[in-house]
Amino acid sequence: MGDIKNISRRGFIKGIGLASGGLVLASTTVILESCTSKEIVAFNPNLFVQLNSDGSLILLASRSEMGQGVRTSLTSVIADEMEADWSRVSVKQAVGDVKYGDQNTDGSKSIRLMYETMRQLGAATKAMLISAAAQIWEVPESECEAENHFVVHSSGKKKAFGSLVEIAKTLEVPKEVLLKDPKDFKYIGKKLPSIDVRNFTNGTAVFGLDFRLPNMKFAAIKRCPVAFGTVVKIDKEEALKIKGVIRVVEVPRVEGPFGALGGVAVVAENTWAAFKGRDALKVTWDKGGNEIYNSDKFMSAMTEAVHKSGKVRKSIGTIDNAFNKASKIVESTYQLPHLAHAPMEVPNAVAWCNKEGCEIWAPTQEPQRTRKVVSNFLKIAEENITVNVTFLGGGFGRKSKPDYIMEAVIVSKAINEPVQVVWSREDDVQHGYYHTVSAQYMKGSLDEKGNVTGWLHRFALPSITSTFQPGAKEPARWEAASAADVPFEVPNMQIETAEAEAHVRIGWLRSVINIPHGFAINVFADELAHKARKDALQFRLDLIGSDRIEETKNPYKYNTARLKHVLKSVAKNAGWGQDLPEGHALGLAVHYSFLSYVACVAEVSVAANKVKVHNVYMVIDCGTAVNQDTIKAQMEGSVIFGMSHTFYGKITAKDGAIEQSNFHDYSMLRMPDAPKIHVEIVQNNEKPTGVGEPGVPVVAPAIVNAIFKASGKRYKSLPLKDFNLV
Amino acid sequence: MVTLQINGEKHSVDVESDMPLLWVLRDVIGYTGTKFGCGKGLCGACMVLVDGNAVNSCLLQVSLVEGKDIVTIEGTTENLRKLQNSWEKLNVPQCGFCQSGQLITATALLNTNDAPSEVDINNAMVRNICRCGTYTRIKEAINNTLESSK
Ligand code: FES
Ligand code: FES
Repeated sequence: MGDIKNISRRGFIKGIGLASGGLVLASTTVILESCTSKEIVAFNPNLFVQLNSDGSLILLASRSEMGQGVRTSLTSVIADEMEADWSRVSVKQAVGDVKYGDQNTDGSKSIRLMYETMRQLGAATKAMLISAAAQIWEVPESECEAENHFVVHSSGKKKAFGSLVEIAKTLEVPKEVLLKDPKDFKYIGKKLPSIDVRNFTNGTAVFGLDFRLPNMKFAAIKRCPVAFGTVVKIDKEEALKIKGVIRVVEVPRVEGPFGALGGVAVVAENTWAAFKGRDALKVTWDKGGNEIYNSDKFMSAMTEAVHKSGKVRKSIGTIDNAFNKASKIVESTYQLPHLAHAPMEVPNAVAWCNKEGCEIWAPTQEPQRTRKVVSNFLKIAEENITVNVTFLGGGFGRKSKPDYIMEAVIVSKAINEPVQVVWSREDDVQHGYYHTVSAQYMKGSLDEKGNVTGWLHRFALPSITSTFQPGAKEPARWEAASAADVPFEVPNMQIETAEAEAHVRIGWLRSVINIPHGFAINVFADELAHKARKDALQFRLDLIGSDRIEETKNPYKYNTARLKHVLKSVAKNAGWGQDLPEGHALGLAVHYSFLSYVACVAEVSVAANKVKVHNVYMVIDCGTAVNQDTIKAQMEGSVIFGMSHTFYGKITAKDGAIEQSNFHDYSMLRMPDAPKIHVEIVQNNEKPTGVGEPGVPVVAPAIVNAIFKASGKRYKSLPLKDFNLV
Repeated sequence: MVTLQINGEKHSVDVESDMPLLWVLRDVIGYTGTKFGCGKGLCGACMVLVDGNAVNSCLLQVSLVEGKDIVTIEGTTENLRKLQNSWEKLNVPQCGFCQSGQLITATALLNTNDAPSEVDINNAMVRNICRCGTYTRIKEAINNTLESSK
């Protein structure tokens, strides 16, 4: 399967060493779920499939469900290739184990990396069922087909999948399978509802926060207001007086990117008592040095830094020549604040450390990483650590960092009992891994025809690298890439970075570096178009230029024709260039990230200095659309997520402590401000690419560009509430 | 001892009188369908029906609801059931975490208003945050419920 260019319908199954991180199909497989009755026999052709003799089909979801529908989309791929009846399917969530391949549910890549594998697993299972039927009927396999949970012979006789289990169990897994022709897909590319929808609407879905064990205690942790500060003295007297509080435990700081921040835990009979006890604790801290962090000063320093020349990360042509010969010059500086993930479900985890080892139940995007850091910390083998993945009440990147799970492990070990560590919303807002804060300077030149001749993009931001290598000040290569790889046909281009030091934990948040870069690039392009007195759409299409495949080592090629296509489609859907209601205006943005192409048009009006977003149009090209409805939902969600930080999102620090604490000062968009959202999914048979994240970066710049069109005012920093626009 | 009437059943619990109903439900009785999102009355994740009205249970001292009729997402009332059907039909939830609260708020709306306008819907649902951004579908699902009960 190494040759990705050739999507042949014939796939080879041998230790499927796919991009999925080397998922090895064990020759001996495990039972996914023991059968309730002795009469029922199970057939486990691989790690992900269990067909029972009663026809029930259990499929394994190895990736975490956090609202992106992955439990449905990945398993539906198996079911489709298998010709299974979806109504017979139930989904079991995998524990963290390398045998399932990469389980890190982050980076919008579950479908991209696992699609082919899932197809093969389904196809192989189907082939074995066909062989079994052929054997029973004593007919050639070629005369048999699978159809909706049956194997059917050309004569018309049929056998239910379940009735073939006994024989199928005795067969070898085929080395080679034939995949379906995409035109015959039954579930892939259709609108399959989430397999979990009922449990989400009747309150029975078990999120991490809902998990209970007999005798389980609850704990809340007081952490130093300044990142990485440590405990000097604890006064626990008042805390222990609170009814329901059992004991107070110091949580040591555990170093490492995903270690525990450290602090003091109050263990109690219920969450309420734990919170009250925690509030009653008096702790003296050694703040550790990050108390120098003040957001305003920091932003000024970064802004100053990007106004001087920086470290060149990419250079094409001679930027100075372009600027010297320019007919017009545009310069702009963009400032974006830290953001917090604020998933609806706060970080939390249950851990039960005992003599046998440690078992964990947590809403985690990364069960394998969790298992590894817990194993390192407890110094016990990974085999003795079980990480169960619950439903995640949102993740957005926060829950791929298992620091909160480490805390539960530490407390459980200390008290020798099962415990659930619960973060309050205040904890979540004040002790997160923040989306980075950034300053970006852009300078562009136009010739007398209004063509862009020079493009300089210089930015400073505390890098995510700082979480892995404390003290790192330069953006990583991949953090420069989304600025450096803009596919603009501009003869002179330079990308530079300046230094910035992190004083809080920096982490990836839904679409990551694409948020600042997507913003600056799209707003600046709009400013250039305005200066050139050109239509923003045509200007942008010209900037992208010819249809071509950008040279890259990535097997997924950057195709400018696909980029222009989403842009043209979204403009058409939004009625670009046509009459709008009085006072309304359109703004556009386009961005390529997570290997997908997304364009957005926002329709806004501004009245009495208040912005109203009426409509948002989104077009995504993510290759093969595995589940149309999930993709649509992700685009809808991306618009709301993007609007939250466009209008409200801002985390600031004063003397190292985060100033916001809950939804009153770290606000989210609510229903009355939600626009009508129109989504188009480009239909093609290209390889599937990211969906969960790439919709986010285009939202803020499209809105800011529309506001300019409507009001003549250009907002270069977010959130817009700072300008009283909401 | 406080005696509560939840989803038609009586529960006697030995808790502090100032403990919010949310934690009594979740940690003492075990109704975990009602969610914790902020603890400050800001997000609506903890919404329950008290005598038919939507109330943030995170701010509601348990002693104040003795003898009242409490309905959680695990309960069954006519409007809740209808809304759940529409929610399923339109595949509303993403992560699902906020949806108990959304459904309870919507139920309370329909309890008092059988033909809410868009503004009525916005005014009711403004109390509930959905970080995943399912607002469009929630609105559609409420309208769908209204349509089908016509
Ligand atoms: S938890 Fe009660 S309103 Fe948020
Ligand atoms: S569905 Fe996730 S917060 Fe609403």
